[in-house]
Amino acid sequence: MFNFLNVTCMISNKMCILGSVIIVLFLVSFSAFSQPKSAIQVKNFEQLKPLLHQQNDTLYVVNFWATWCAPCIQEVPYFEQIGKKYKDKKVKVLMVSMDFPNQVESRLIPFIEKQNMKNEVILLDDPRQNKWIPQVDEEWTGAIPATLIYRKNERNFYQKEFSFEELDKLIQSKLN
Amino acid sequence: MKKQLFTIAFAVLSLALFAAQPIKVGEKAPSFSLKGVDGKTVSLSDYSNEKGVILIFTCNTCPVVVANEDRIIALHNKFASKGFPVVAINSNDPGVSAGDSFDNMKVRAEEKSFPFPYLFDEQQAVLPTYGATRTPEVFLLKNKGDEFVVAYTGAIDDNANNADDVEEKFLDNAINAVLAGNSPNPAVTKAVGCGIKVKK
Repeated sequence: MFNFLNVTCMISNKMCILGSVIIVLFLVSFSAFSQPKSAIQVKNFEQLKPLLHQQNDTLYVVNFWATWCAPCIQEVPYFEQIGKKYKDKKVKVLMVSMDFPNQVESRLIPFIEKQNMKNEVILLDDPRQNKWIPQVDEEWTGAIPATLIYRKNERNFYQKEFSFEELDKLIQSKLN
Repeated sequence: MKKQLFTIAFAVLSLALFAAQPIKVGEKAPSFSLKGVDGKTVSLSDYSNEKGVILIFTCNTCPVVVANEDRIIALHNKFASKGFPVVAINSNDPGVSAGDSFDNMKVRAEEKSFPFPYLFDEQQAVLPTYGATRTPEVFLLKNKGDEFVVAYTGAIDDNANNADDVEEKFLDNAINAVLAGNSPNPAVTKAVGCGIKVKK
């Protein structure tokens, strides 16, 4: 970059100005690209709760995960595929992250960017886990990954990891 | 007909195993005999002269465990002299999670100067007997003389990720309850943790 500027400035003043403008534009566009494309919503449980009890006819697939949970990040691409495949079939995927709130910038956002995640990500920032875990599902021990799949009043909770085939088959069975 | 019954029974059993749950309060605590990081074998029966045992399923790699390590050390230092020492068990399979190998366990125990045994559940045989599903997960065992029973299961306190913002110390309260001859309340609590890495 500096060599470029040196060369242009040696040619003439006009070229120097032009060279500087080009560099500034380059830097500006570079920083614009590195802005997080995805905004992270941060909610406590009371704020998240309505999303777990919608009464429309959409099939909600709510995955509880974290970037520090290896089996969780392994299935993130499967949920992305599901989100894409059933986009027009009234299926909504919500990725509820249990990441540490002070690691959003350093871990969560970079992960979302790298994976090019299109599903909606919500950071659940609510330390009183013993209070809200049973409200998601009575049987849930708090282990992640875990997935809640519901439509209106029909709810099923899966405290397990999914392969893509299993997840796809399950969604299909609920759409028929 | 018999074949159908067998298939149904098998299906039900596998479903039950799939949705693992911790053993219930009041149940007899399963015995164990595992090798620790110092090379010595530790068994539940070694504690027959204690009032109980604070059994914790932990590991090296889970960030929630790491956020609780100092609290676990503090628990041992506070309650061991009162008859409730800590015993930590790593049931993660190093084949799935290399950071949880026996050698790495030794390193962590030394780094943090663990004052309690850190045992390796190499065959992952103890894990299903307790039904632990995540790390960290606590099983407070009470010594009834002839056997140990489960008095409390679940979390250490009400804020797994942040020791500086704890409102309810569930486990402390449970131990104090048992020491006073009462039943812990709550006796079962929940917290988010890393799923235990089972052999695939």
